[in-house]
Amino acid sequence: MYMLEIRNLHASIDGKPILKGLNLSVKAGEVHAIMGPNGSGKSTLASIIAGNEAYEITEGDVLFQGISLLDLQPHERAAAGVFLAFQYPVEIPGVSMMNFMKSAINEIRAQKGQEPIEASAFLKLVREKQALVELDAKLANRSVNQGFSGGEKKRNEVFQMAMLDPKLAVLDETDSGLDIDALRIVAQGVNALRNSQNSFLVITHYQRLLDYIVPDVVHVLANGKIIKTGSKDLALELEAKGYDWILETDQA
Amino acid sequence: MPENQDQLLHDITNREYEHGWSVDLDAETLEPGLTEETVRFISAKKNEPSWLLEWRLKAFRQWQQMAEPHWGLLHYPPINYQSLSYYSAPKKKPELSSLDEVDPELLKTFNRLGISLQEQKMLAGVAVDAVIDSVSVKTTFKEKLAEKGVIFCSFSEAVQEHPDLVKAYLGSVVPIKDNFFAALNSAVFSDGSFVYIPAGVRCPMELSTYFRINAMNTGQFERTLIIADDDSYVSYLEGCTAPMRDENQLHAAVVELVALNRAHIKYSTVQNWYPGDKNGKGGIYNFVTKRGNCLGDNSLISWTQVETGSSITWKYPSVLLKGDGSKGEFFSVAVTANAQQADTGTKMVHLGKNTSSTIISKGISAGNSNNSYRGLVKMAPSATGARNFSQCDSLLLGSTCGAHTFPSIEVDNATGKVEHEATTSKIAEDQIFYLNQRGIPTEKAVALIVNGYCREVLDQLPMEFAVEARKLLEISLEGSVG
Ligand SMILES: Nc1ncnc2c1ncn2[C@@H]1O[C@H](COP(=O)(O)OP(=O)(O)OP(=O)(O)O)[C@@H](O)[C@H]1O
Ligand SMILES: [Mg+2]
Repeated sequence: MYMLEIRNLHASIDGKPILKGLNLSVKAGEVHAIMGPNGSGKSTLASIIAGNEAYEITEGDVLFQGISLLDLQPHERAAAGVFLAFQYPVEIPGVSMMNFMKSAINEIRAQKGQEPIEASAFLKLVREKQALVELDAKLANRSVNQGFSGGEKKRNEVFQMAMLDPKLAVLDETDSGLDIDALRIVAQGVNALRNSQNSFLVITHYQRLLDYIVPDVVHVLANGKIIKTGSKDLALELEAKGYDWILETDQA
Repeated sequence: MPENQDQLLHDITNREYEHGWSVDLDAETLEPGLTEETVRFISAKKNEPSWLLEWRLKAFRQWQQMAEPHWGLLHYPPINYQSLSYYSAPKKKPELSSLDEVDPELLKTFNRLGISLQEQKMLAGVAVDAVIDSVSVKTTFKEKLAEKGVIFCSFSEAVQEHPDLVKAYLGSVVPIKDNFFAALNSAVFSDGSFVYIPAGVRCPMELSTYFRINAMNTGQFERTLIIADDDSYVSYLEGCTAPMRDENQLHAAVVELVALNRAHIKYSTVQNWYPGDKNGKGGIYNFVTKRGNCLGDNSLISWTQVETGSSITWKYPSVLLKGDGSKGEFFSVAVTANAQQADTGTKMVHLGKNTSSTIISKGISAGNSNNSYRGLVKMAPSATGARNFSQCDSLLLGSTCGAHTFPSIEVDNATGKVEHEATTSKIAEDQIFYLNQRGIPTEKAVALIVNGYCREVLDQLPMEFAVEARKLLEISLEGSVG
């Protein structure tokens, strides 16, 4: 059974088709990278996995550990173990990071029929995961993403991922806007969480990230489909040659 | 989303009012109707001195000449003032030495309200003066307060025990003629709270009054008077709930605050009266006049209100800034859902030099409700160097509710500075989705976002009140997704 299996996915927004027959299978323990030109539908794919209802699924299915995600609400998917590190993390004024994280953990626990987390256990977890991504402790007392720098927002996404310990994490351009040190730290965070029971879908434009988070498989998404799949060397080739050569072969 | 939203809306509109019940207290209630005789009856019942009876009668005659105001953005059928009863008192007017002697039904009421007059509050350091249907029943902590010279008692008691103070300040902030509802209240007010903080005293605990409208068909007309003498401080909490009934009930209170030199009064309200059903049937008509007078130099009066209840709210806690260097503050959260209507705001009237005022208002509307902010910032020619900052934000949940802002600014002194900011926003789908993605269901997500939106105001509330207010916000907005 796959961790994630996408079958012939067609999706549109406002009547405009974006994904046109996408297939993708990810096993537990694997890291898959998705690359592709701007506007090709990478964030669309990520949003659909997470359950953003702005997108209309016109055909196909998205299976998570064998069950269709399409029947689950976004918060239920989160409780099942699906996590999305957003390309553009959202600011929530007046809601402290701590309150937010505590609500997230407890709502997920509630959905699983578990008691709320103990205050001391929560604080211990926060400290541990903060250290992992070297997130400034001061950020924890601020409102969610408010006034965070671009890099801090991305690091904060990885912090949240570490806190929630998902089975499937989709990272949408978590590397963009990061300086070299931050990139290393984010990658370190991902690598520390990586194990044989979970999977990562890493969306990126830069092969550089893949030096730190070494993928098992690299896909190219263009024209609403996965048009090429290869090993990590494919990323190097894309870096050198761009996308035109595959797009041409795809059309041919 | 829409399907889910409908379900949530269905859930909220079918939610029952948590405090909807009435207690069978053995009450003494006056027949409906309002004449001079009614006024005389009330005054006689309370054994009032003749000057107070005269004052009431003057107010009654004044009221007869006045017309109900209709400038608020509020719609309701005409109120028949002759069909209301103007006096209701628990029959066993107690002279109690311990809680054991309190009517058990009354204790049940307190417990349902979540108030305990017992050790809990003692530990929390809160003195409670509970007002049920107009007559103050039991006041705790009097001794401890008395040590400091603080007077905290029912209004009726103050009339008997401290007539000079009452006479000096009653009507000094809200005159009889001020408005229709204030005149009505002045004629028929039943009871309320009285506070006097002597010079130099910091009141050792938060003072708290819980109001509750219990008997059917009774208008409730509290009168509250708080006087803070030079260099004193007091924090006063007012919480309200009322039972659920099909007919509307009138509530027209008057609150007067007087701050002398360098005195600081902090007045907090959490109002959760029955808001009526989803079609607007029933609920409290809340027409309240609250005003503070910063009479002394460098005094400070701060109003904080969280208004989630009532079918109609007409309320403008205001500050007269007479003393030089005095400050007025207004922090408000007003939530309307279903068919609720709120027209609320403040008036900051700058008279003294270097006076300043701050207005932070957060209006949240859901369902078919209407929520208006109405404010006046006035700087008189004498108010040299006056400053005001106003921030009025409206948040809309859904597309069938209304938010309106009516700010008036009158500056008659060239040195006056006024800053006004206003925003209207819808709760953002991407914020909800972000929280959903972290496992938080939409209902909880909305509550979290709204709580964050109101944080500046909620942070002003004393701890135990802030917790209650957060819970209330969550309950009042359950399922109202934009
Ligand atoms: N809400 C929307 N309304 C209209 N069009 C949209 C919307 N969201 C996405 N699109 C369109 O869908 C297409 C795919 O967008 P998407 O964000 O998935 O691309 P992407 O591959 O993530 O691009 P990038 O590399 O720039 O992040 C684009 O043409 C975009 O304009
Ligand atoms: Mg994208």
